[in-house]
Amino acid sequence: MNLYNRRIWVNRIGITLSMIAMSLGLIALLWILWTLFSKGFAALSWDLFTQDTPAPGTDGGGLRNAIVGSGLILFFSMLISTPIGILAGIYLAEYGRVSKFASFTRFMTDIMLSAPSIVIGLFVYALFVVTTGGFSGWAGSLALALIAIPVVVRTTENMLKLVPTSLREAAFAVGAPRWQVSLKITLRAVKSGVATGVLLAMARITGETAPLLFTALNNQFFSTNMAEPMGNLPVVIYQFALSPYDNWVNLAWGGALLIALVVLAVNIGVRVAFRNKYKR
Amino acid sequence: MSDQAIPSGENAALQVRNLNFFYGDFKGLNDVTFDVAHKKVTAFIGPSGCGKSTLLRTFNRMYDLYPGQRAEGNILFHGKNLLDKTQDVNLVRAKIGMVFQKPTPFPMTIYENIAFGVRLYERMSKSAMDDRVEWALKKAALWGEVKDKLQQNGLSLSGGQQQRLCIARAVAVKPEIVLLDEPTSALDPISTAKIEELINELKSDYTIAIVTHNMQQAARISDFTAFMYLGELIEFNETGTIFMRPGKKQTEDYITGRFG
Repeated sequence: MNLYNRRIWVNRIGITLSMIAMSLGLIALLWILWTLFSKGFAALSWDLFTQDTPAPGTDGGGLRNAIVGSGLILFFSMLISTPIGILAGIYLAEYGRVSKFASFTRFMTDIMLSAPSIVIGLFVYALFVVTTGGFSGWAGSLALALIAIPVVVRTTENMLKLVPTSLREAAFAVGAPRWQVSLKITLRAVKSGVATGVLLAMARITGETAPLLFTALNNQFFSTNMAEPMGNLPVVIYQFALSPYDNWVNLAWGGALLIALVVLAVNIGVRVAFRNKYKR
Repeated sequence: MSDQAIPSGENAALQVRNLNFFYGDFKGLNDVTFDVAHKKVTAFIGPSGCGKSTLLRTFNRMYDLYPGQRAEGNILFHGKNLLDKTQDVNLVRAKIGMVFQKPTPFPMTIYENIAFGVRLYERMSKSAMDDRVEWALKKAALWGEVKDKLQQNGLSLSGGQQQRLCIARAVAVKPEIVLLDEPTSALDPISTAKIEELINELKSDYTIAIVTHNMQQAARISDFTAFMYLGELIEFNETGTIFMRPGKKQTEDYITGRFG
């Protein structure tokens, strides 16, 4: 009985400690969200979407150029990273399970996953911005794509590894060559899981600032030319939040709220849409 | 039954000669030699781990998918050794189909499940494909149950229906041999009875090789039975002979339930 009582007490202490730890984390998160929402909602207005970022000393203004710029840069970075990431994931899961080259690729992917994003920004700056002669939206897309690719590779590989061997064998058993088995059977079996990975990778790069500082830079004016410096939300927030102008700081809060809402919407949307779908 | 001779030469669909199989260093099959009779049902029985599934998986080179597994010896199919490196494995698998223990419909519609394999090796019009799908589903005794829901996902069918879909899928590519690896062990008795009935009908057109844990099943549906133990082919004969007058003590012990 003594041992039994001891176990009950150990259990209570353990649960209390983990509850405390959880509340600390949750409080911090809610605090951030609360600040973001209260200050961000105050900054929300129609102008935010219809006007461009204001020049120093002028009143009002909005984030139109930055919103459109961010959208374009994100779109093209996903256009680059999705096919590369999925194909590399297929290679790792279906072709190179045990090959040396595959384990090397896997290792490099893991390194890229944890590489500081500023390093990737500098890398693209040195290799692309310097050689093409200037900051551009393309350079921004490239830098963000480099961050998204390892995420897509890893999720695709992990998802494909969940496909039961029996399904793979069944596809080979009708005489299908490996590329057809990969693209038409196994990838199809986990397509919602892979789509989740792609969307989460997008959410991941939506708020990246450092890689854009060295690549897309910023543009005070509305532009859809990917070959020129391009306005984007993270860099605008970074610059405006540190500025002495009240309307700039305000716009920074509004932009921060927009990014947070997009990331939240993607995360929640993905979870709801693909709930239970890739269990098989 | 008694007028059937043990198959050899031209009435053999597969001639297995001195077949050895290795999982890395472990020897899974030891010097197996026998013939699979043309358009007959050959059953493989034996305790778990005796090598019967391994043997079946050499017939369509399924082991090729796994590094470290290899086979040595000869399996003659139309006079050519299936184990030759020069054999086109995909073509072999189109000629020698396989159905597995667990039903494995592809993640697509019932129609596409059948059409997928056919499209790999034949180009045909939409209406010809419709006909082929209907033909295959009829062969697998599934047409009546699914003809109004061909566009539904294959996974929406019941276990027994899924297994018949897999048989239809294997038959649709018009193979010469169909390999069945414990096709009913995951099914209820009624579905099992349907599949057995189906096997009986299929053997007029196809050579069938079936691995089964169920000795009554082997006795019911097969023309020839191979008893395997510890990677060796202990006895191979007409099913009647194996079950009524087995030639070896081990076979008799296994069949009468004294071990295994």
